[in-house]
Amino acid sequence: MIRDTVLQAIAMLAVLLLAPLLTGVVRKAKARLLRRVGPPLIQPYRDLWRLLQKEVVLAENASWLFRATPYLVFATTWLAATLIPTFATGLPFSWAADLIGIVALLALGRFFLALAGMDVGTSFGGIGSSREMMIASLAEPAMMMIIFSLALLAGSTQLSTMAQYLLSPNVGLRVTLGLSLIALMMVGIAENARIPVDNPATHLELTMVHEAMLLEYSGRHLALLELAAFLKLLLYLSLIACLFVPWGLVPADASWPTLGRGLAFFVAKVIVGVCVLALFETAIAKMRVFRVPTFLGAAIMLGLLGALLLFVSRGL
Amino acid sequence: MSLAFLLWCVLAFLVTAVAAIVVGQRWNATVSVYCITALISLLACSGAVTALLTHQSAALQLPLGLPWIGANFRLDVLSALFLAIVNFGGAGASIFGLGYGRQEPFPGRILPFFCVFLAAMNLVVLSDDAFTFLLSWELMSLASWALVLAHHGESENVYAGLVYILMASFGTFALLLAFGLLAGPGGQYSFEAIRMHQPTSMIAGLVFLLALVGAGSKAGLVPLHIWLPLAHPAAPSHVSALMSGIMTKVAIYAFIRIALDLLGPPVWWWGMVLLAAGGASALMGVLYGLFQTDIKRVLAYSTIENIGIIFIGLGLALSFRADHFEVAAILALTAALLHVINHSLFKSLLFFCSGAILGATHERNLEHLGGLIHRMPVTALACLAGCLAISGLPPFNGFVSEWLTFQAILLSPELPQWGLKLGVPAVGALLALSVALAGACFVRLFGIAFLGRSRTPAAANAHETSAVSLIVLLAYAVLCLLIGVVPGLLIDTLGPVSQSLFHGTMPAQAALPWLSLVPISATRSSYNGLALLVIIVAIMGSTVAAIAVLASRSTRRAPAWDCGFPSASTLTQYTAGSFSQPIRRVFGTVLFRAQEQIEIPPPGDSRPARITVRLQDVIWDVCYAPLSGAVTYLADRLNGLQFLTIRRYLSLVFATLVILLLVVAIWR
Repeated sequence: MIRDTVLQAIAMLAVLLLAPLLTGVVRKAKARLLRRVGPPLIQPYRDLWRLLQKEVVLAENASWLFRATPYLVFATTWLAATLIPTFATGLPFSWAADLIGIVALLALGRFFLALAGMDVGTSFGGIGSSREMMIASLAEPAMMMIIFSLALLAGSTQLSTMAQYLLSPNVGLRVTLGLSLIALMMVGIAENARIPVDNPATHLELTMVHEAMLLEYSGRHLALLELAAFLKLLLYLSLIACLFVPWGLVPADASWPTLGRGLAFFVAKVIVGVCVLALFETAIAKMRVFRVPTFLGAAIMLGLLGALLLFVSRGL
Repeated sequence: MSLAFLLWCVLAFLVTAVAAIVVGQRWNATVSVYCITALISLLACSGAVTALLTHQSAALQLPLGLPWIGANFRLDVLSALFLAIVNFGGAGASIFGLGYGRQEPFPGRILPFFCVFLAAMNLVVLSDDAFTFLLSWELMSLASWALVLAHHGESENVYAGLVYILMASFGTFALLLAFGLLAGPGGQYSFEAIRMHQPTSMIAGLVFLLALVGAGSKAGLVPLHIWLPLAHPAAPSHVSALMSGIMTKVAIYAFIRIALDLLGPPVWWWGMVLLAAGGASALMGVLYGLFQTDIKRVLAYSTIENIGIIFIGLGLALSFRADHFEVAAILALTAALLHVINHSLFKSLLFFCSGAILGATHERNLEHLGGLIHRMPVTALACLAGCLAISGLPPFNGFVSEWLTFQAILLSPELPQWGLKLGVPAVGALLALSVALAGACFVRLFGIAFLGRSRTPAAANAHETSAVSLIVLLAYAVLCLLIGVVPGLLIDTLGPVSQSLFHGTMPAQAALPWLSLVPISATRSSYNGLALLVIIVAIMGSTVAAIAVLASRSTRRAPAWDCGFPSASTLTQYTAGSFSQPIRRVFGTVLFRAQEQIEIPPPGDSRPARITVRLQDVIWDVCYAPLSGAVTYLADRLNGLQFLTIRRYLSLVFATLVILLLVVAIWR
């Protein structure tokens, strides 16, 4: 019991501490690919600390919802990131929600963030919320289709069970797994507001989606929302790692050195993941907002195709 | 015992209706009538809940109606469940009406019909023979039709009433045929007799389709939904809540009673039909809702979406049942029933909120609202809970039933038929799409109405609604949260219903550690709303505490930043129309043939630029426009028959006689 609690606390703190580092690595890698020096790896931590020390400037019209949203978004994202088996399967929290629950937790955060974008009553907030909900209304079904395929394969929507199934030798290479991986990467790019769907470093207002919703935020509120965005990136990377590269995952009742090795494996996997992301982002241009539905529609179709292939192969 | 008690409650409703006609115009009639109906509803609700918990079953015959049948009534667990839903909704609407109904200019047009409506819904659920059932069903339709026409001065309400009564008659007609087929040549109208002799498979399929059309037209299943978004908003808000939240559930009850109870073992294609209709309703309902600017109309369309979700659950239950997968069938049925309860709660809540907004601002148009969270904070909180619940977000109740439906869908590869194998994942995609779009729809509803700056003086000078109404709103919001947090307790009480229909129950949930929800097995899937809520609150609390210690706490109010160009005009905010524009571009061009026309005057011309959006209702164009055109054409042609001379009439009669005799002669 105590051991489980300690392990769960370690898992929670690990994702929280690792998340800004990943964003630092992406920025550094992207800068190096462009032959710039780039900010130091710990720059995101410094930014967060600086923001936390600053005064909050609230718009005159802001309601309680605007002030509560950063805390709620941070809490739901952190919880969702914790529910994913990062380095150990079968942690105590993992039974509170399955993969569908994790997606719904992220949707809860997004719901509030979109509302907060509309709270002050400015046009930029509205444009951000409206486009975010459009993207989400396509990304969520795509995600559900991926969950369908994987759950049909593993016979479970519980991530720990799924990861253990995918670790077992009788999975082999499957077309469905490949299709799901591509679809999941597309969803992850859209959900994390990365290029080509959205640009996290943009300064041109009309192209912003995620940043437009945060436009009125400042100080500690902004710090929490930034941290939530870092956590979300980590969440999708660890989800991909847990489902498609599950090697190195250890059960929660393993010995401490094994757990330590699992943690090291996990850090290595996500760092490789962000490097691939940086390479991808550097190689591609941002697309127009109304090309995004085609992009996500392809993700939905890939997911559905994967699920149908499974159904067909079961029938034969 | 309970049955007699419930029938006495129905009688009390009817007596109240008569009393309301007599005293309807007095100043205190509204308060006293709603007090009485609230009391009766609460009593009936407690009676029904007792019957559900103690698994009572009783039958009673009254010497009314057709002499050789009498009026048969029966109380079993299924009817007890729906009676509890009906009367809980009735109590909520009555108490909300205590505050809201006082603004009503003509209470005499509402009070009597309100009581009859409640009585009729109870009677539908209680009746145990086809005659009583159809009579009560028609009484329910007529009472709600009168309520739709309560404000008949507005021309759109008259139109709504016309469409409603046409569709209601059509639905009753379908049910009449269904019962006629069920009764068989012997004319056995009591449900007991119908259950005894099973129809042939072709007749059963026909009855199934007729029941689907009859009950589906009342529930608002696409493409029989056209009356619903017209009629539900036309009534006063607490009545809209009853119609949308409760009456559609009575229709679901009718469908379950006929298809799952009276008809005997299902065939797999029944499930297929239900899945297709449910999937189409879920997606079309929410898409229509996204493009409406009238709050109550958005809610009415979202009812269609939720009815679709319920029918998807029922379709899965029927498919699994037809293929003898009992565990999966029970799971799907429980998901559908849970969504019935959940939808009745959050839809009532949201209609009450729309009533509160309407009372405070006299506006139903989203484009004229805004900033109400500052003026009506408690209503805003309750409405937010309703929006979260209806969007299927944890830890509220909507998520639980949708999650269970998804879990049932994931069991579908076991099904042997190829139609179902390929159809069910597609329906899963439709369901996921509609749940995600519902999120967008309710961000839009809440964000435009309650957030931002007030768009009109009416919204800027709104005031919080009465205390009684607020208590109802908060009670419903708390219930939505409570069911989402501890769904296991409610699911266990649904056990007897699935036991009576499918001869099995879900695994008991209440005994599980930490009140988790485990539909099949813990390694397969589990959900714990309580844990999620506690962890989220704990993280938020500790974050607040940590920030208080580590970070700056100073806060300053300043004008909005808006990239340096904040505009004082409230017109620069995003509107309901602009919010749904991206989704309109994605889905609307195909499904609604949306066309945008932009007019920009040349430089120097001071006219404003205009954008006009035209959406076409494809279902109306395809299904109803030809029909109404044909009826009009026929009526025009036949009109000539009204102005003939007596000789011609007589020769017409003679010709008819000759033709009929010829037919008889040939037939023989």
